Amino acid sequence: MTAGASTMADTGGALISPEKYEEKAFGFWIYLMSDAVIFALLFATYVVMLGNTAGGPTGKELFSLERAAGETALLLASSATFGFAAVAMARNERSRVVLWLLVTLGLGAGFLFLEFGEFAGMIAQGAGPQRSGFLSAFFTLVGTHGLHVSIGSLCIVVMIGQVLFKGLTAPVASRLARLGLFWHFLDIIWVAIFSVVYLPGVL
Amino acid sequence: MDIFGRLTIESLPFYSAIAASGAAITVLGALSVAGVITYFGAWRLVLFDWVSSIDHKKIGIMYIMVALVMLMRGFIDAAMMRSQQAIAYNNEGYLPPGHFDQIFSSHGTIMIFFMAMPFLSGLINLIMPQQIGSRDVAFPFMNSVSLWLTTAGAGLVLVSLVIGKFSTAGWTGYPPYSGAEFTPGVGVDYWLWAVLISGVGSTMSGINFLVTIIKCRGPGMTLFRMPLFTWTVFVTSVLMIFAFPALTVACGMLVLDRTLDMHFFTNELGGNMMNYINLFWLWGHPEVYILILPAFGVFSEVVAVFSQKRLFGYISLVLATMAIGILSFTVWLHHFFTMGSSANVNSFFGIMTTIIAVPTGVKVFDWLLTMFRGRLIFKAPMLYTIGFLVTFCIGGLSGVLLALPPVDYLMHNTTFLIAHFHNMIIPGVLFGYLAGYMFWFPKAFGFKLNEKWGVWSFWCWIIGFYLAFMPLYVLGLLGMPRRMEHYEIAAWQPHLIVAAIGALIIFFGIVCLGVQLAVSIRDRKQNLDLTGDPWNGRSLEWATSSPPAPYNFAVLPQVRGVDAWWDMKQRGVAYQRPDRYVDIVIPKNTFIGAFIGGTGFVFGFAMVWWIWWLAIACLAAIAIALIIRSSDDESDFVMPASQVKEIEDARFAQLAKAPKNEMADEPGFAGQPVPEAST
Amino acid sequence: MDASGLPVERSHTPYLIGLGLAVILTAIPFALAATGALPRETTLIVIAVFAAIQILVHLRFFLHIGFTTTPKENLVALAFAALLICIMLGGSFWIMFDLYHRMMV
Repeated sequence: MTAGASTMADTGGALISPEKYEEKAFGFWIYLMSDAVIFALLFATYVVMLGNTAGGPTGKELFSLERAAGETALLLASSATFGFAAVAMARNERSRVVLWLLVTLGLGAGFLFLEFGEFAGMIAQGAGPQRSGFLSAFFTLVGTHGLHVSIGSLCIVVMIGQVLFKGLTAPVASRLARLGLFWHFLDIIWVAIFSVVYLPGVL
Repeated sequence: MDIFGRLTIESLPFYSAIAASGAAITVLGALSVAGVITYFGAWRLVLFDWVSSIDHKKIGIMYIMVALVMLMRGFIDAAMMRSQQAIAYNNEGYLPPGHFDQIFSSHGTIMIFFMAMPFLSGLINLIMPQQIGSRDVAFPFMNSVSLWLTTAGAGLVLVSLVIGKFSTAGWTGYPPYSGAEFTPGVGVDYWLWAVLISGVGSTMSGINFLVTIIKCRGPGMTLFRMPLFTWTVFVTSVLMIFAFPALTVACGMLVLDRTLDMHFFTNELGGNMMNYINLFWLWGHPEVYILILPAFGVFSEVVAVFSQKRLFGYISLVLATMAIGILSFTVWLHHFFTMGSSANVNSFFGIMTTIIAVPTGVKVFDWLLTMFRGRLIFKAPMLYTIGFLVTFCIGGLSGVLLALPPVDYLMHNTTFLIAHFHNMIIPGVLFGYLAGYMFWFPKAFGFKLNEKWGVWSFWCWIIGFYLAFMPLYVLGLLGMPRRMEHYEIAAWQPHLIVAAIGALIIFFGIVCLGVQLAVSIRDRKQNLDLTGDPWNGRSLEWATSSPPAPYNFAVLPQVRGVDAWWDMKQRGVAYQRPDRYVDIVIPKNTFIGAFIGGTGFVFGFAMVWWIWWLAIACLAAIAIALIIRSSDDESDFVMPASQVKEIEDARFAQLAKAPKNEMADEPGFAGQPVPEAST
Repeated sequence: MDASGLPVERSHTPYLIGLGLAVILTAIPFALAATGALPRETTLIVIAVFAAIQILVHLRFFLHIGFTTTPKENLVALAFAALLICIMLGGSFWIMFDLYHRMMV
């Protein structure tokens, strides 16, 4: 495929009219709004339960700014690299799309690796979610975000597969756009997480 | 780890006669359904035309079938409670406390989550796309997933009768009672997973309906030309999208507490039980508006058609609906006035609660003004509407009373509260859905319901309702708490006996509904709806045939104003045949939605019984199913123009045979244009 | 995000700008938290303000949300969600902290 020639008209065999892609994008946007409410309420619970440490460890004792900074760097970079994948899709550069998706996946996996290590370490020192209400709230808030990142990473794998097998058809592009919305949304949630959990936690 | 988790032979209901009979009825019910399908040789039809269908009309009908089945199950719970309370003065009655607690818990859970929600989802699915001139909802596949996840939740509640027990923590599941320390065992877990799984379905439905209304309206159908039913669906969808997350969070955290030993709501180690109450009611109050708004929409449609007059105050009705929608998020604390908040907090929410009564009052006046100087036709849907208008206002008054915190301190958790919310839900929600069911039945199936049995069902329901619930207001003022399994105050018993008689009459009302359906099916050939417009309707769903073609409209109608179909009839363009037809893209049937629902059911069951390997396997299966579906770019097929023409030609031939409209016999019938029958 | 539902942004520039701004808006709060250079309340305010700005940066440069570029219904949905979140959080915090003061819950 030549660069510059748009294959957005390539329907890949699908009978989907162009308006349908708008509807899918809008529907996904609405889903993200409902997900935002879920996270908002998880944040609210966390704030309400900040003091419920039950004599157990507090954030100050548990949180590591270095690790949080590392997680932030990886996730932020992955948002940018996903953007590069979207640019490559718009420019019809198939191998670039796959490349940037792989980089994004790697960065996301790195984020999850750090987070898993953080959780495992906390549990090992008796600061798991069963220790106190505060820790239940922490693990659930940050863990739900991590679960979303995991699911997103799985979707990136599926996306890479679709790009490789189907090429840059309109349905594939539509899915990539929605996955991009999801991925960027998760980075926004992470900004809130380090701003509400980690940074105030160590003060 | 035990391969069956905590499931053992003791989980079977042989520890009590009542439990065993409940289980037997459930199992026999399921077997009878399978038996009837086998008897009629209908498995192919059921599986390939219905279960795998992602057509909004079929999904709507299946939702309503779930709702009607669960209405019966929920009513049995009610009948058991009424009969127990009628006799249990100074004795234990026939229901031990553990049973009674399961029954009131399942009654509320079933009626709200598995009767009312499916009923409204069904009516919306069936009618809304037609009303806006669309061929289907925006996301037909997701629509199917929603249906089957809701059914999975209902299935979990039903299976709890057979294997294990149901929750004793009420339909609201307050901790710490609902936590693992005080109620270990599977009951609360059944409740949690039924609610969570069907809640995912409801959230997805909300998204689906909203996108459909915003993006899929037909030509000329601007927002302010939409019928009122669609407007209420629009606001309901917004509520579903934004309220259900709160329920997901509240119940999700309770699951984590019970299953992973966390401390969101426990007594010790830093739990905060009021956080559950707050989160639950953040959902719970919008939920009751989710239930009532579509019913209000039905009433708007019915009152206009059966007053033979344009709906009065369209703009005020739309604005009132929007006001109700936004205000519904500002009143939730009134469900827990008594739980320790300061006077400032209570006053604020009390004032907001009294304010939210105002837009509903506006609607009532608009409906009355529609009837004023109309030429009323007293068909069953209209009777349900008039019954609603009178009875709902009483419930609204008791609501405004309860909105005042000092009054609520006296009335909270008494039967006064029970009377109030049933006074809203039965005449409001249920009468609205029954009216919608009778009003739109011909559209769904192509023949009308028997009118006589419909009228009798109405009288049984309304008389039964007054007898069953007015005594509860009195009892609440006499101090009787809710959920009482037995009592020692003699003065209460006469009222409870009257209430039990009311429940019996409601039972007759349900029987009338069943007989109505049976008789109507038996007599269907004499009651065919050949025009698609049996009531001389005003909105676009009456433009399609009954039942509609898979694509609803061969040519999407050009809308010029409110009451689009009435306008087309007045302009004489109602049954115009186009010169040519075009190919129409239609989604193919697929079993994946039902597969996800079924797997969701097994997942819920596995989580209840701690069968972890099975739960993980189910999640993997669902993920794989979704990946397969997402990779399928050929999920639609093209119906060629020639086939569309065949279907349309058959329809116009039928129109030519249409007898004089049944409405023509009604006194004061306003007249209806004769459809074009010639080529 | 674009109106058509398909990726059409063909330039890396917005992503690079967004990345750069985000790095700055992240580094400063992290540094303040790590060093404790400012008093606690001030640091918390800086963290909150920078988070809000960074979220707007993400919306603008990664999600391409703009008053002219994004369809009205998406903006309305976002505004409505923001309003509801404010009501839910505001109400919940008022209730829960009021309960805490009155009932030690």
